Order: sequence, then structure tokens, then C-alpha cells
Amino acid sequence: MEEGQGFDRLSPNGNKAMSNYRIQGATGEWEVVIGLEVHAQVTSNAKLFSGAPTAFGAEPNTQVSLIDAAMPGMLPVPNRECIRQAVRTGMAINAVINKWSRFDRKNYFYADLPQGYQISQLYHPLVGEGVITVQLDEKDPDSEVKEIGVERIHVEQDAGKLMHDQHPTRSYVDLNRSGVALMEIVSRPDMRSPQEAGAYLTKLRSILRYVGSCDGNMDQGSMRADVNVSVRKPGGELGTRTETKNVNSVRFVMQAIEQEAQRQVDVLESGGRIVQETRLFDPDKGETRSMRSKEDAHDYRYFPDPDLLPLVLDDAFLDECRATLPELPDAKRGRYESELGLSAYNAAVLTADADTARWFEALLAESARVQKKGEAEVAKAASNWLISELFGALNRLGKDIEDSPVSPERGAELLGLIGDGTISGSIAKQVLEIMLETGDAPAKIVEEKGLKQTSDTGAIEAEIAKVLEANPDKVADYRGGKDKLFGFFVGQTMKAMQGKANPQVVNELLKKALG
Amino acid sequence: MSELTDLGVKALRDGIRSGEFSARETADAFIAQVAKAKSLNAFLVETPDHAIAAADAADAARAKGDTLAPLAGVPIGMKDLFCTKGVQAAAASHILEDFKPPYESTVSQRLWDAGAGMLGKLNMDQFAMGSSNETSAFGNVVSPWRREGGGNAPLTPGGSSGGSSAAIAARLCPAATGTDTGGSIRQPAAFTGITGIKPTYGRCSRWGVIAFASSLDQAGAMARDVTDCAILLEAMAGFDPKDATSLDAPVPKWEAGLNADLSGKRVGIPKEYRSDGMSPEIEALWQQGIDWAKDAGAEIVEVSLPHTKYALPAYYIIAPAEASSNLARYDGVRYGQRELPDGAGLQDMYAATRAAGFGDEVKRRIMIGTYVLSAGFYDAYYTQAQKVRTLIARDFENAWIECDLLLTPTAPSAAFGLGETTDPLSMYLNDVFTVPSSLAGLPAMSVPGGLDKQGLPLGLQIIGKAMDEQSVLNAGLALEQRAGFTARPEAWW
Repeated sequence: MEEGQGFDRLSPNGNKAMSNYRIQGATGEWEVVIGLEVHAQVTSNAKLFSGAPTAFGAEPNTQVSLIDAAMPGMLPVPNRECIRQAVRTGMAINAVINKWSRFDRKNYFYADLPQGYQISQLYHPLVGEGVITVQLDEKDPDSEVKEIGVERIHVEQDAGKLMHDQHPTRSYVDLNRSGVALMEIVSRPDMRSPQEAGAYLTKLRSILRYVGSCDGNMDQGSMRADVNVSVRKPGGELGTRTETKNVNSVRFVMQAIEQEAQRQVDVLESGGRIVQETRLFDPDKGETRSMRSKEDAHDYRYFPDPDLLPLVLDDAFLDECRATLPELPDAKRGRYESELGLSAYNAAVLTADADTARWFEALLAESARVQKKGEAEVAKAASNWLISELFGALNRLGKDIEDSPVSPERGAELLGLIGDGTISGSIAKQVLEIMLETGDAPAKIVEEKGLKQTSDTGAIEAEIAKVLEANPDKVADYRGGKDKLFGFFVGQTMKAMQGKANPQVVNELLKKALG
Repeated sequence: MSELTDLGVKALRDGIRSGEFSARETADAFIAQVAKAKSLNAFLVETPDHAIAAADAADAARAKGDTLAPLAGVPIGMKDLFCTKGVQAAAASHILEDFKPPYESTVSQRLWDAGAGMLGKLNMDQFAMGSSNETSAFGNVVSPWRREGGGNAPLTPGGSSGGSSAAIAARLCPAATGTDTGGSIRQPAAFTGITGIKPTYGRCSRWGVIAFASSLDQAGAMARDVTDCAILLEAMAGFDPKDATSLDAPVPKWEAGLNADLSGKRVGIPKEYRSDGMSPEIEALWQQGIDWAKDAGAEIVEVSLPHTKYALPAYYIIAPAEASSNLARYDGVRYGQRELPDGAGLQDMYAATRAAGFGDEVKRRIMIGTYVLSAGFYDAYYTQAQKVRTLIARDFENAWIECDLLLTPTAPSAAFGLGETTDPLSMYLNDVFTVPSSLAGLPAMSVPGGLDKQGLPLGLQIIGKAMDEQSVLNAGLALEQRAGFTARPEAWW
């Protein structure tokens, strides 16, 4: 986005909860003011104005049409799917959808920009004011909640990529990305700490993935942020801001803010002034450095693209966009709590990511079917198992939920075995390990390994007798009032039963034996 | 075979269909004329093979008894602004010298699909910027016309489609494509005694036409008479999903709809076009045209287009603004000319390439366009010019309440001598009558009205409502029948 654009006024909703984040300077406390311009690559098989494909990681210059290479006489034609995705994204943040918008040319010369201009939307963006609600700590339901204003979303073309490492004296150009559709999502300067910016970015990515309008893969460059930072005395006049370009992870965004805010405080306190400029973040050194100052800034000579007519959306199109919106994270989280009775924590964890929620809902539906119960009845156990058992295992394996070797159906079978008392929770852990390794069905594993839980009172009583006999001192202590030792006897008995004893039966029989 | 080259599109088409002569004979005759006329410099590239292949295909189809395509075996000229697969498309600029597109423009493809063949690529003002053909990087076209008793002073064939107009007037081809941004079909047609139509903006796809000013550029037909223009335009026009500004409307059967009876039509005479400095000859021609229209049954009404005087300034802001951006792609990186001085960086390469590749007029317009779009001047120039454009379009809308067509002179003078007009602003004045309808995107055509005292052709312009090419063509036909224009330049080339 052009220097000097946006960030002039705060969102009306932006200051409901003020962050306590302050930089301690020699002259007192400083408040940080942050706005983010996020570039999100639109999920689409074709580019914004050409039919060329958009696959990531393809050989250089294999995803390039005559239009992307700006051959003479070539013309752009808007790709309806890209527009649709941007509109759906706008709807997902409750934004104003502009039924009349227009494309503008942003003119500048660079070797990665074949047309000599980028087709963007300066004057009349597709999407207007919206809002994103963020929780400072997603995992902590009691942490601060804040609304961050979104000023606009517009669609524009990506540029190509220069390759400087292919030849000793020449630079090469890869135009695969040239013309790929981006959404530029411009926030209000409503954030006041690196944590808020991180939470905003995480939430935005979550929404994009729910909507399916962007894959949110920051490491592949599908999503990147320009970070606008200024500092001021708390509540004072807005300071001069700098824009740190193309930061490509949530962590780096937070670091860049921290570093840049500190740098600005240092400059101001040593009597200097902040220059409005474009900066780069160097993740290796963990610092930002100047790229170009406002004086060197391009005059982009924006004007309406005469190759394109204004984009006019009709109600049928908007209805279709709205009808295909999925349940969004905030709504889903609320429903998990109110309808499924999940804890705020579990609801937050399961809804933070679209893939996780999708997996959980498949598990839930299948569990209800297997156990012939309502979803609300099985939800708690399913969510606990997913969060504490499967997530842990996947973490160890370094896999994401969508790559889980265990399917929701298999997970539901396992939960069914726990539910009907066939195996205990601890045996279930063992079964899960084997499932992850072999991919076998849990029932088969239980059968083959003989892991079935037993309620055979005779066998259990025999083991209990042995345990009590081997630990006469502890028996005496227990009977003398050391109630806590009960757990020890349960553990010993279960161990002797190789975990297969029904824990409830063990409890009952032990209580009887210990008197 | 020279008599075949005296025939127009309709006569050639019908003759080939009836077997009166073969398409091959036709092609050979025109190819020979093109080869003999090098001194006119009308063709930048000759493509006899293309014309022959189309001719042979037509003859073979006829031999088999197949129905012939609408333009089967008719050889035409193609303005160098159209991308033609494997054949240089340079826009008469050094920066695209030897550029052979790997694709065919929609308009040229439609013509080939209709059975036409290409005699070659026609010279023009560089990037279609000019009114005299003198901005071509490959030398100007010389008009086949000469002043009576005026010695042998070479004259302009008009511009920017000057190669097209000269080639048709000299019988090197029966018809040619042109493009019109502010008058580039109509003014050269008027200067060379031929007929040219610029259809409604969006009728002909711009896909594959090298862009000058996107919101104004429109391809059109140039030929010796109205019927031939109708036939050619019918083949060129049509919706193209590859051009977002293309009109999604069926193409009427213009040739079949031709009717010279103007009864019931109201022809408007815009009073603002009658400037104080208008030459008496042009004024007389205009009056003659009015009388012909009346004779054809039209009712003549005086109308007002009050913002006419602002059209030229607005045009010379909007067109250069768009051009400055459209021509940014000629940067030496991917195709065309590249100048890479020793040790040069990217910026040096841009500067050297564009300095060497573009001609003066192109540079002038890029600079004007860059200036009017720059921060601080945008509102004063570009925004203001767009408002003027809206007002001009509204002028026409208001005029259509009182009339169905407008009749004006095409250009303020007859063809001038090459080298005679050196001041760019005087040159721009050539477009004074053609620019307003371009800004409004309306169909307009020029038909020959007669000769001036020096024996040079003068043209009459008819402007119609958007999408109403039929009425424009019909009025053109009515004037054509009454003008009886048969003058032709004597071959000296």
C-alpha cells in the first residue's frame, strides 16, 4: 500500500480495552501503536486476471500466461473466483461489501513487474470497514478480548520474483507469481502490543483458513504482513510511523514490532526524530533496517485501469457468497461451549484452527453414532481425548492434524471401546500408540494383544490379596488413617492386572479388602 | 490483371464466389501492386504467402463445392498495431522492431476465419500517435495523392492509419484494418478519398491490438466504399471474453441492412463545430453534405454540443495518461529492443532502451501522461479531464433527443504536405472534429465528399448513437451515392 495511505484515524471500536504494554524509556513510558497490512494470496486455481495456474513450487516461468508476461496487446479479465473469495473473506469479518468497486493501476518500473504497473484498488476497494475480535491468549479464556478494526480489503496482483543467485553477473526473473491474486487486508492502527498484533494475525489466518480464501501458509509466502509501527506517550498524539515490509511469520511480526518500537523510543529519547520510511526486518539479526525513505518513495501515479470496467456485484452473487460461508471460529467456539458443554479452554483450542475443528466434528459425529448417544453426551470425552492424547502424539511425531495417521473414524472406535468399558483409559493410550504405528483398527489391536478390560472379581481379588500381603506396613498405615495410600493400592493392583482390570471394580474390591 | 485491383471487397468476394475469377488471380494481382509500390512506404512487411494461402484455400473450397466464408479469398492489409502470429507487429516503433508475436489478435483471427488473406503489415504513426504518419520509426507513408499543379510535393496520407489509407487509395489492397483512438481511421480516410468506420467502443476486441489509450482505442474498417466497410466490419466485430471492455452484443448484419433512404431520420448539425476559422472549402463541403442528406429524405436540425471546445484538451490529457502507463511494458526485459550499456544497472537499461526505442512523439506523450498523473497534478488534469469526458458524452446524449445522427466535416483541412506541420499542437488540431465522438465511444465514419481546389479529397463525418452503426453506414451510403466520388490518384509510384 502506498505510503501516506490509511492509519490516519483510529477505529471507533478499537479502544475498548487498552493494552498495558509499555516500553520503559529514560523519559518515562511509551505506548506502541500498530497497524498491519496483510497480503493474503487468494486460494484459486487461476491468477487474478489471466487463466494461468498458481501452483506453489513449480519450475520458474512455467505458470505464466501471455498476460502475466505483459506481452503487447494482452488484456486482463477479472477472475470471478478470486473476487468471490475476497467477498467471502469480507463477509467473514462482518465488513461492508462494496457492490461497486474499481481497479486502479499503480505505476512503477521494476524487473519483476512486467506491465510496469500493478493492478490494485486504491480509490474504491472491494471490501470496506470490518472488525476482527481477538483474544490476547487464545488458550486462556479469561485473557483480554479486543476488537481490531479492518479498514478495507482490496484485491491486487502479485509481482514476480527476481533471482540473483543463478548467474554471476545477471539477475533472472521468475514470473510464476506475477499476476497471482492477493487480498490486502488493512487493519486500523488499533493494536498496542506485539502480543495483540500476534493474536490479530493468528485470528486473521484462522478466519482465512475457515473461509478457505487463503491457505495462510506464511512460510510459503501465501500470507505476509507489512507492519506499521509508531510510538507515543500514552494517550498522546500519534507519532510518525515506519512500515516494515513483507514480514513472513507471526513470531517475526512480534519481534519486528518489539525491535522497531524500541528503536523509535531510542531515537526519540536521544533527541532524534522518526522518519516516515519503509524498513526491512532481518530475522537473523532480529532488527529492522531502512529500505527507503519517504523522499525516495515512488510516485505511483494511480489511475483507474482503462482495460477494466468497474466491478459491479449483484445480489445473487452476494447471496451465493454468503450462503457458502462456513461457521466461523467465534460462532463455533460459542456453540461448543453452550451446546456441547465443552470447557472454554477446550472450545478455544478446538476452534482456533479450521482443520482441527473439522477433525473434531468428524470424531464427534462418529462417536455419537458408535456409542448411540447424542453428540453433547460424547463431546467432553472426545474433546479431552483429542486435546490430551492425540495432539500429544502428533506433537511427538511432528505432524499436523490433517496428516494424522489416525482417522476420526478410528478415533471414534477407540473412544467407543473406552465408553463401553472394553478397555480403560490407560490401556487406550497403549492402543493409540499401536494405532499410530500400524494403522490397525483399535478393536483388532485390543483383541490381538489381549488388552480387553476384565471385571472378573475372582482374578482381581486374588491380585489384591497378593498386593496387601506384600505391603503389610502400608496396609497398617492406611488403616491408621493415611487415606492417600489408596491410590498406591489401586496402582499396584492395576499393574499386577497389566492395566486390564476395570478400575471401578478394582476400587470397589480394594475398599472392601482394606475394610 | 490490373483490373482486378480496381475491384472492392464486395466485387471481389462475389467474383470469387461466382467463379468469374479465382482467388489466386486476385491475390497475385494485389501482391504485384504491393511489390511495385515501395515508394509509397505503405507496407512495413509484405506477406504474399499469407494472402496466397488464403486464396488457395478459397479456390479449393469452391472447387469442392463448399460454401465460401464471408471474405473467402479477399486479400487485405493489416495495420501494424495488430499482433499477427509469426509476423512482425512493431506498432511502427523501433522498440518492437522484429517482434513477432506468438499469438494472433482477435480481430485479425476473425478476418482469417472469415477467409481473408493478409498482403502485409501496414505502416502507421508510431504506437498510433500522430496525424500524418510522420512519427513512424520506419519512414513516413507518402500519400498517392498529389496537389494539382502543386508540383510533386509529397503529401501526408493522414494518421495514424496512414499506411492503410494510402494502400487502399493506391489500389494496393481493397480494404484494410485501421484503429482509431482520436480520429486515426477517419482523418486518413478523408485525406485519401476512401471510407473508414470506427464502430462503437467495444464492438471490436482490443485483445492483441497493441495498446495506445485503452479507453479510446477501437479497431475499425477502411475500404473504398460504405458497403465494403460494412462487410469488413461485420467480420471484425463481435464479443470477446478476453477483452473486459468488449460489448456483449450480437453483431448486426450490416451489409444486408444497408439502406440509403434517410426518410424519417433527423440529422443534427452541431453548431459548435462551425468555428470562425473554418476554411470556406470545408464549410462548402459541409453544406453540400447537408443538402445530400436532405435529398436522401433526412430532416436537418441544428443541435448544440456545448462542451466541444474542451474535447481536444481533455483528449490530450486522457490519451497520454493511459499511454504513459500502457507503454511502461516496453522496458527491454522480456521482448523487443534492449539497450544495455557496459556496466549498466536495471535503471540504466530502462533509460537507454526507452531513449533509443521510442520516437519523439511517443516520448512527448509519455512525458505528458506521466506529468498529468503525478501526485499534486492528478486532480487538476486527469480528474478534470474525466469530468469533461462525462460532459461531452452527456452533450451527445442530449443531442440524441433531437436527432439520430450528426453530420460534420471529418478534418479541418485536406491533406497537408509532409514536413509542413512541425508544431505538435497544430498537428493535434487535426483531430478537432473526430475526438469528441471518440471520447464518447460513439460509432463514426468518414466518407469522401469531393475534392478541394487543389484536387485533394475531403471527407464528411457521420456520428451515430452507441451501437447504431447501421444508421451511420446508411447515412454514409446516402452521401456516397450523391457524392459520386470517383476521383483516384494517378499512379506515379
